[in-house]
Amino acid sequence: MTTTPGAGADAHYDAIVVGGGHNGLTHAAYLAKAGLRTVVLEKNDLVGGAAITEELLPGFSFTTFSYALSLLRPEIIHELDLVRHGFLPLMMPSSFHPTGDGGHLLFGDDHAQNLQEIRRHSPRDADAYERYHHDLDRVCQAVRPLFDNPPPDLWGDGPQDAADVRWLLEHLGGLDRSTVHDVVRLLTGSAADWIQDYFTHPAVAGYHASSSVIGSKVGPMSPGSGLVLLFHKLGEHDGHLGSWAFHKGGNGGFTQVLARAASAYGAEIRLGADVTDLITHDGRAVGVALADGTELRAPVVVSALDPRRTFLELCDPRELPLDLVDNVRRMKFRGVSAKVNFALDDLPTFPGLPDTRDHFGGFLNIGPTIEYVERAFDASKYGWYSDEPYIDAAVQSVVDPDMAPPGKHVMSCFVQYAPYELRTSSWDAERERFGDRAQAVLESHFPGFGELVLHREVVTPVDIEARTGLSEGNIFAGEFLAPQMYFFRPAPGWSQYATPLDGYYQCGSGTHPGGCVIGSPGRLAAQRVLRDRRDG
Amino acid sequence: MLLVTAWPYADAVRTTPFHPRLSELNDQGLYTHWQGTLSALRYSHAPKHEYFAVRNGVGVFDSSPLCKYAVRGPDAERLLTGALVRDVRTVRDGQAAYTLWCDDRGGVMQDGVLLRRTGEDFLLTAARPALGWFEELATGLEVELEDVTDAFAMLAVQGPRSRTVLAEVAGLAGAVEGLAWSEHRSATVAGTPVTLSRTGYTGDLGYELVVPEAAALDVLDAVLEAGRPHSIRPFGEEALMTLRIEAGLPLVDVEWHDSRLAFTDADRVTPSELGFGWMLGGVREGRRFVGAEAIRRELSGRTSRWATTGIVVDWADWDRLHRDAGLLPPKSEHPLPYESMLRSGDGESEVGYCTSFVYSPVLQRHIGIARVRPDLAARGTELRLELTIAHRTTTVRVATTRMPFFDPERKKS
Ligand SMILES: Cc1cc2nc3c(=O)[nH]c(=O)nc-3n(C[C@H](O)[C@H](O)[C@H](O)COP(=O)(O)OP(=O)(O)OC[C@H]3O[C@@H](n4cnc5c(N)ncnc54)[C@H](O)[C@@H]3O)c2cc1C
Repeated sequence: MTTTPGAGADAHYDAIVVGGGHNGLTHAAYLAKAGLRTVVLEKNDLVGGAAITEELLPGFSFTTFSYALSLLRPEIIHELDLVRHGFLPLMMPSSFHPTGDGGHLLFGDDHAQNLQEIRRHSPRDADAYERYHHDLDRVCQAVRPLFDNPPPDLWGDGPQDAADVRWLLEHLGGLDRSTVHDVVRLLTGSAADWIQDYFTHPAVAGYHASSSVIGSKVGPMSPGSGLVLLFHKLGEHDGHLGSWAFHKGGNGGFTQVLARAASAYGAEIRLGADVTDLITHDGRAVGVALADGTELRAPVVVSALDPRRTFLELCDPRELPLDLVDNVRRMKFRGVSAKVNFALDDLPTFPGLPDTRDHFGGFLNIGPTIEYVERAFDASKYGWYSDEPYIDAAVQSVVDPDMAPPGKHVMSCFVQYAPYELRTSSWDAERERFGDRAQAVLESHFPGFGELVLHREVVTPVDIEARTGLSEGNIFAGEFLAPQMYFFRPAPGWSQYATPLDGYYQCGSGTHPGGCVIGSPGRLAAQRVLRDRRDG
Repeated sequence: MLLVTAWPYADAVRTTPFHPRLSELNDQGLYTHWQGTLSALRYSHAPKHEYFAVRNGVGVFDSSPLCKYAVRGPDAERLLTGALVRDVRTVRDGQAAYTLWCDDRGGVMQDGVLLRRTGEDFLLTAARPALGWFEELATGLEVELEDVTDAFAMLAVQGPRSRTVLAEVAGLAGAVEGLAWSEHRSATVAGTPVTLSRTGYTGDLGYELVVPEAAALDVLDAVLEAGRPHSIRPFGEEALMTLRIEAGLPLVDVEWHDSRLAFTDADRVTPSELGFGWMLGGVREGRRFVGAEAIRRELSGRTSRWATTGIVVDWADWDRLHRDAGLLPPKSEHPLPYESMLRSGDGESEVGYCTSFVYSPVLQRHIGIARVRPDLAARGTELRLELTIAHRTTTVRVATTRMPFFDPERKKS
């Protein structure tokens, strides 16, 4: 899928979107749907950015980077009519947590059976389970409006800004005391503290901490991990809060759906189009220049890249206010996540469940206890990778058989911690050794694992950066912690998708509400662009 | 001492020929009774996963409890032509035809699938017993009616991978190859003659196998073995309900009640009212079967009270209504267990009712099978569906739409 025939270098556009990741595609689809002649410029030969699926071995599809779907806003599915273009989120029916001592926790779709599973380990924790989910869901519902609307501009002086602030205060004022307190606990505290208020059994607590460190340079005991946990619970699958799905064909399957939708609305997608510079005139964006020397013109240019690239690379920082430049320079990226993806000859074996295979239906959470994950984190503080990493794995061919040839499997492993900068070596030197560490951990839980491996792909933060442009391999396009969220994402005063340059906008994961395959930045930024056009 | 006594007929609860194997694959033990036979509601904790096996892989369903009647003899066609709504004379050898039968009021009694093997040899399935009815109609005809329900097991193999899997079962490759939608053929599996039809109740690519009872396990094992690399799994009635609503397929005692068992006309529907007007070719011109006369009057007098239509819920309205009430908008793939009323677009009057309602995971929409005033059935008519949210009655915007809701090309290609 490349271009609309006849569109040459001199074609005229209403809007140029830089970057064909899922946010760029979402954004372009909305603009095109509103009637704007829109072009997406993607440097790679494939759209999707961090959400791609690649056939590395004939018949084996790898989710190179991101691997599951939940945060995608349901509005987008309907507003862009994605089902018509092949949107198909498949249920991941189970969640499996080896407890490290040969035992396990296995969760499924039946609430009573899940309770029983916890009761097997700790009757007390089983009692806490429903309360835990109730409290967490309540927090999710409380923050959802913040999540789904642009942050008010606290420093703005327009009538709309005042109204936005009032809206926010009214919303917060409408929440009851304990909800507000729980919100703050999660926004500022550690996942461990939050979880241990409910659960005492180390494995049960460990299971619940599983999403508290994803993509972030924190351990479950670090302040901030509460927010990471909360963020990963804000999504849904078919109305089930916090549930994750696997899109048919992986997240790359999903971005192909988006590309089809964008094209159907009339957007043009150009692959192999590496944008080097924003072209400005009198403080206004007027177009972009590509690496091959091509220039394209449009009154609206939208960067779907991360803030560092949006403000420090595409445009000349000297054209921007100092405080913005300073804030973007100080923004933390420091990716710590890697992928180790496998093609497997057969399903692995978990000795505690020799006769069933249904525990491979969803996430395999290899991080038995909070302490295990915290120790895995330790190394990264000192510029090294975990000896025994935490792994969020999924045998995706169980959920979607089309991911691998009959009887064979693909397994995606999201592995932490792998700091972008290694203190005493380089990722080129360590890549396969790191892959070995991850594989050794899998071997310890699934004996014989190594013999099943047909192919292994190790993707380090350096590789993430090189392929997608996500600075320092940060999966969220900038750390997702309190100093870099909401009013401050990507910088105070610039959280509403505009930039100081007229006609230049931002719609990547570095804007509110942040990373993941979520689409909101693309959607909310489109609303902003269209409103500005309407208001002249 | 107080003895708990057993219901004396407990051993009348029967199991299907596939049960010994399928029960091994069932880790839930939840069954319902289908004509006195155990039928699994689900095999795993996640019926929705079973549902996805059918929409994205392959699943098997045990439909053995279906009543099966062999109809043979020189007058077999005559009997069936006079009894069934679809014109049996147009059903070719090797064809499978979905049909209804009515009472003399033209009210639908039941539905079933008719397989015409050869000119004088038919097999008819029915969800409820119907032998007596057909025997009455067969009086004086040269036809043999045999209840072969227990003699045969029936296995539905459904989903995009069903063709691939069946082609790998020894003996079936030839039969599967080129078998068109709604056709059937004989084949031999595990040394036993079976009938393979390209039919099903899921609206997807799919097949059904009619297997002599004694060979049931051998055939099932062969299918499961061929399906193993394709992650084949059994699916239960819960998954089936979601699937059949997406396929727009009606279910007796949900979409309608047997006309002969209904106490009021409000509980009766005619074939047209049930959405099967297309079966009525030739009725105006004098084609005769039980109920045809009443149906002819209905057609010429345009007296149908209802039209059956699909409805699709306005997602934004659904979300807003629930969020305003402080609730998460539910999206349940389990059908509502009750009927809801439909009101006109302005909410003023009752204009129909919704008989099945479910959230469709593949369509990402709430959908329903509904009966509305015929003048409101045009596609895209805006109506309102009654529901209760937070213990209050309210209505949500819906629009009428064509069924099947989900109709993948692979079903017939
Ligand atoms: C390893 C990994 C695992 C993850 N797992 C998950 C997960 O399971 N679920 C989830 O929801 N999220 C996950 N995430 C996060 C999620 O994938 C990202 O936050 C999201 O995809 C970012 O989308 P985006 O459109 O904002 O940016 P990107 O996907 O980064 O897209 C930016 C696009 O711009 C292109 N580009 C860059 N520079 C230029 C240029 N100069 N000119 C033209 N084009 C350019 C890039 O090639 C890329 O296509 C994961 C991320 C990673 C890296």
